[in-house]
Amino acid sequence: MAIDTKTETPKVSVGDYLRKNVREYGLLLALVVIMLFFQVVTNGVLLRPLNITNLILQNSFIVIMALGMLLIIVAGHIDLSVGSIVALVGALSAIMLVKLGIPYIIVIPLCLVLGGLIGAAQGYWVAYQKIPAFIVTLAGMLVFRGVTYLVLQNRPIGPFPKDFQILSTGFIPDVLWFLSTDPATDTIKNWTALVVVLIAVAWMVYNGFRSRKINEQHGSENEPFVFFFLQIAVTAVVAIFIGYQLATYKGLPNVLVIMAVLIAVYTFITTRSTIGRRIFALGGNEKAAKLSGINTERLTFYTFVNMGVLAALAGMIIAARLNSATPKAGVGFELDVIAACFIGGASASGGVGKITGAVIGAFIMGVMNNGMSIMGLGIDYQQLVKGLVLLAAVYFDVYNKNKAV
Amino acid sequence: MDNIILEMRGITKTFPGVKALNNVSFKVREGEIHALVGENGAGKSTLMKVLSGVYPAGTYEGDIHFDGEVRRFSTISDSEHLGIIIIHQELALVPLLSIAENIFLGNEVATNGVIKWPETFARTKTLLEKVGLKDAPSTRITDIGVGKQQLVEIAKALSKKVRLLILDEPTASLNETDSDALLTLLMEFRKQGMTSIIISHKLNEIRKVADQITILRDGGTVETLDCHTQDIGEDRIIKGMVGRDMEDRYPPRTPNIGKTLLEVKNWNVFHQNHRDRQFLHDVNFTVRAGEVVGIAGLMGAGRTETAMSIFGKAWGHKITGDVSMHGKPVDVSTIPKAIAAGLAYVTEDRKHLGLVLNNNIKDNTTLANLNAVASAGVIDEHKEAQVASDYRQKLRIRSHSIYQEAVNLSGGNQQKVVLSKWLFTNPEVLILDEPTRGIDVGAKFEIYTIINQLAAEGKGILMISSEMPELLGTCDRIYVMNEGRIVAELSKEEASQESIMRAIMRSGEKH
Repeated sequence: MAIDTKTETPKVSVGDYLRKNVREYGLLLALVVIMLFFQVVTNGVLLRPLNITNLILQNSFIVIMALGMLLIIVAGHIDLSVGSIVALVGALSAIMLVKLGIPYIIVIPLCLVLGGLIGAAQGYWVAYQKIPAFIVTLAGMLVFRGVTYLVLQNRPIGPFPKDFQILSTGFIPDVLWFLSTDPATDTIKNWTALVVVLIAVAWMVYNGFRSRKINEQHGSENEPFVFFFLQIAVTAVVAIFIGYQLATYKGLPNVLVIMAVLIAVYTFITTRSTIGRRIFALGGNEKAAKLSGINTERLTFYTFVNMGVLAALAGMIIAARLNSATPKAGVGFELDVIAACFIGGASASGGVGKITGAVIGAFIMGVMNNGMSIMGLGIDYQQLVKGLVLLAAVYFDVYNKNKAV
Repeated sequence: MDNIILEMRGITKTFPGVKALNNVSFKVREGEIHALVGENGAGKSTLMKVLSGVYPAGTYEGDIHFDGEVRRFSTISDSEHLGIIIIHQELALVPLLSIAENIFLGNEVATNGVIKWPETFARTKTLLEKVGLKDAPSTRITDIGVGKQQLVEIAKALSKKVRLLILDEPTASLNETDSDALLTLLMEFRKQGMTSIIISHKLNEIRKVADQITILRDGGTVETLDCHTQDIGEDRIIKGMVGRDMEDRYPPRTPNIGKTLLEVKNWNVFHQNHRDRQFLHDVNFTVRAGEVVGIAGLMGAGRTETAMSIFGKAWGHKITGDVSMHGKPVDVSTIPKAIAAGLAYVTEDRKHLGLVLNNNIKDNTTLANLNAVASAGVIDEHKEAQVASDYRQKLRIRSHSIYQEAVNLSGGNQQKVVLSKWLFTNPEVLILDEPTRGIDVGAKFEIYTIINQLAAEGKGILMISSEMPELLGTCDRIYVMNEGRIVAELSKEEASQESIMRAIMRSGEKH
């Protein structure tokens, strides 16, 4: 045990650092390895522009919901009802858009509010009546699915107006069209996509170096440069590659942009905001958080409201993508979302988890689904493999924890 | 009597980066009570874990001789098989099972997996008689107090044909009456020839029961003292533990007492769970600026409940009464309001109520006043790190950085983190509930020094403690509580262990 109480920049050895953070780097590495594996066994189909676009469209809603689910799991709860909320909001949006002819500009915010209300209805029982979230949201899962059948009267509604479909199937318009000389022969058909991705990567690199520098000035802990560099390099290469591939196709899907913005916002909330910090404290030790003056009930309530809003957004994206609202939409999604969080390193007992982890977890599942579909493996094998991956990921956590003690 | 039952020779146990035990030797004679003392982190628990097989043979160096033979335990059941039974500080009982079920848990009286209940109950009854418990074997653990639970643990040990009983801090959570009963029981067992090892921070108890005392410091054996050949005073033991003379266990202080800060009037509170039972009756007290005020009392007297009910109604039900600061009434109906009014409550249970254990020192330090290091809901990490570093230095928190998780700190340092958290809210009155429970002598001295500094800065301190010498050594004024009432108020001059006990006993006669 070190006995000095002076403030100094702690020197972290590379080995120690790796041992402590093996989970985070391991996860990123696992995603890359899985992608490479499927890239090979599918003979390069996985990372073709069309398929990358599909991958993003297919997984966007899981990622979006995983952001909210992570907060709930970190707070020490669970939400089983998100699949049913997806179906219900999809159905309500269909009724408003198709049957009542209300313009999408009103329907979209209205549905987000409805999602928030649904989340509030569940959050009330969990936060203020202290009923376990597992039970409340299990009830919610059944109730909202039932309501969906009722409002749809057991029949799908569609198709949606074009302007609403754009939410999910549209692409960011190419504002840099003048850079392409001849769209027919150019490899890069959408310069905007490439430029946006390059700017994002440049910003990430700049920001990374800047925060290292500030940390140094203040004597805070920095990760060893090797890891910082490798992590940034891998992320940059993957991002630029995907950006390039998308640029050779139709450009950036709208949902990719929505997703990226939300990931950035929630990463900020969890790492930098007081609300985020308090949610981690609440999940880590609810009683201590409460005695520290934190309104734990209200905080729990809001995590459920937030989940409801994100599930509503996901519900609309799915409905727009399928171009119809069906009573069976979103069945089983809650399990994919929860699995993504746990694969991403969230702790089932609360207090531990990362947005980036949940996002990577969601993509690990998404790539496996997609890769196996391309290989022609059926839903049977997909479920089997996903289940085993979940178990393996959590076992890896437990193993690391025990080794550390 | 000079038959050596246990000898541990040259035990060295290394954890990654830390040598927890360094060539420790330890000898226990058959039929004695052997006390093992040392500051937290001195290696007492590690040594006992080596002995009981929690750390299997091969993960440490050195030999264990039991009954004259070298033993290599690879699991706990190996050591239990020879009658080495350890009772941990945190009791390992299942709260919702009965006494009988707990005693025979994992060791059921059964044939082919079918439990023989009549025999189980009969044997439990005999065991309970041995430890002096009169409760029915079918009583659930949750329905008996901590003192009795400790006795159930001992009965459980007896059921396993114990030869060497190891008790890790057995009286840490017991009141004086229960502690006395437990120690008497140990002495009774000694008469019957049983050997025990007792780990304790309570030196007066050790003096009372121990035949020999082994002192560990920084993972090594310092010395073994024989209590029969010489008179071992507490100061002698402390000297061995800290490696220097400790002239005064309580740092001196010249009180500079100002105006009344906190005043509580006619405080009545009903029980949190048994809602029709009044728990606190007309509690009145004051705390003045620069004053250290103690609350003495037995366990269950209502001291913690008084503190928690004032601190944002964190305990209790149907709370009535007035709280004022600087003579003006204040609203303390929620915890944020109580904090805003200038109160801070440092809990007695720092692991469950004080700290977020898997968060680091920095996060724990700022938790109760996060807005002070944030603007518009965004945390300024550098400001936060600065605050945490300042407190780490000021309170001398021993850690490798402010990024060390609270769970990895020793008890004394954890307590300092909790103190940091509350000092950062800049309170006027600090309520300290058992601030030195379970921490070692050196760290206790540091905590007292911090208390003195705070009082010197003009803060009011309300200190709840079950250790009477501590109250007598630090307080300017002591209230005595019993059965939910304040039964006496003693000035520094009037206060003594006897006068406190007398006040408790007298009030008991009245009701």
